[in-house]
Amino acid sequence: MRRAGLMLLIFMVLLPAWRANAAADGAWMASVPAKDHERTNPYQGQADAVSAGQNIFEEHCAKCHGANAEGTKKRPPLKSERVQQQATPGDLHWLLVNGNMKKGMPSWAKLPDPQIWQVISFLKSMHE
Amino acid sequence: MKTSCSTLIGFLLLLTTVAFAQERPYFVTYSHEMEEPGNLDIEMFNAVGQPPGANLFLGSNVEFEYGVKAWWTSEFYLDGQSTQNDSTIFTGFRWENRIRPLMREHWINPVVYVEFEDTSADKALREVVGHDGVPDFQQRNAEARLDKEREMELKLILGSNYRGWNISENIISEKNLSNEPWEFGYAWAVSRPLRLAASAHKCNFCAERFQSGVEMYGGLGDRYSFGTSRTSHYIGPTVNWTAANGTTLSFSPQFGLNDFSILHLYRFGISYEIEQFLSYFHRGGDR
Repeated sequence: MRRAGLMLLIFMVLLPAWRANAAADGAWMASVPAKDHERTNPYQGQADAVSAGQNIFEEHCAKCHGANAEGTKKRPPLKSERVQQQATPGDLHWLLVNGNMKKGMPSWAKLPDPQIWQVISFLKSMHE
Repeated sequence: MKTSCSTLIGFLLLLTTVAFAQERPYFVTYSHEMEEPGNLDIEMFNAVGQPPGANLFLGSNVEFEYGVKAWWTSEFYLDGQSTQNDSTIFTGFRWENRIRPLMREHWINPVVYVEFEDTSADKALREVVGHDGVPDFQQRNAEARLDKEREMELKLILGSNYRGWNISENIISEKNLSNEPWEFGYAWAVSRPLRLAASAHKCNFCAERFQSGVEMYGGLGDRYSFGTSRTSHYIGPTVNWTAANGTTLSFSPQFGLNDFSILHLYRFGISYEIEQFLSYFHRGGDR
């Protein structure tokens, strides 16, 4: 009985993670709530924020996404049309806070909000 | 014996020179933040204290923390301790897994923690449960080593990030796999970077590279004597600094809150993160 209970507990813990992992390629942008989609970058147009964002990108993002955000073998480029044109700053903020864990993108909620916006300033500056 | 002691010390010193990472400034409390997938974090944490009527000790553990998935972190520990006028010994190992069941960030984020440990005479104080306290530190190592602790530990980790603050709470239960009752404990911590926005220029000593906070933890008795009677509790400020190259140094003076606790503990740690660890072994991997 105890063993069955333990198995049930393990199953309940692992099920949501397994289901998320097994999910088909998600268009994460479709998951962004409208109020997050509309959010604007408080650092927009600030050169200092772009520099700061570049430093943060080099420390935390470049190893997976490439030094120039060109992507690596297993991780997507961030110069893509989706990131540069389709996604709003609010979409990118939502993605960085929540991650896309089923696809291997961790949550970056450990970074303070201003630093997340600074990274977004840098990413968007590559298109400008 | 002398050879094994010097080997252990040499190993720990070697790791001290190469091991670094970015972490919350907590020594006992876990936050809900997982290791990034593919990254290997090598950490070394130490606790120094002198219980009343016993010798000064240094308890250490070396940790290898690997991000298996964005929602799953696995960690292996090697523990050791050195006691003045006694001996330096390897005290055992631990293996833990943390799983984040919810795939998005919420106000409160739960993480399930499962650990198996096989230790004896451990003084690293990675958690305090049950009636852990000063008497555990008053035995000589030769006697303490006879008490093998093969234990299963379960934790519910709850974490929140709000306006730069991280608030983490751990509810701990531990079961010695021999016929001993479940023991309970708790830990909580709060921390915040000294500045939230990053500087435009690269710097090592900018305010955003320092985090400070408070950490508290203690035992809650066991299944038959739940509560705070004959349990130890500690609280202290904690601070860490992360260099631009990823080196993180942490320090916390902690204070025992009752006679069952060690009066002062000094904890310090150092960690280093190897990003995309497995890529170092792939032909043509991007190093």
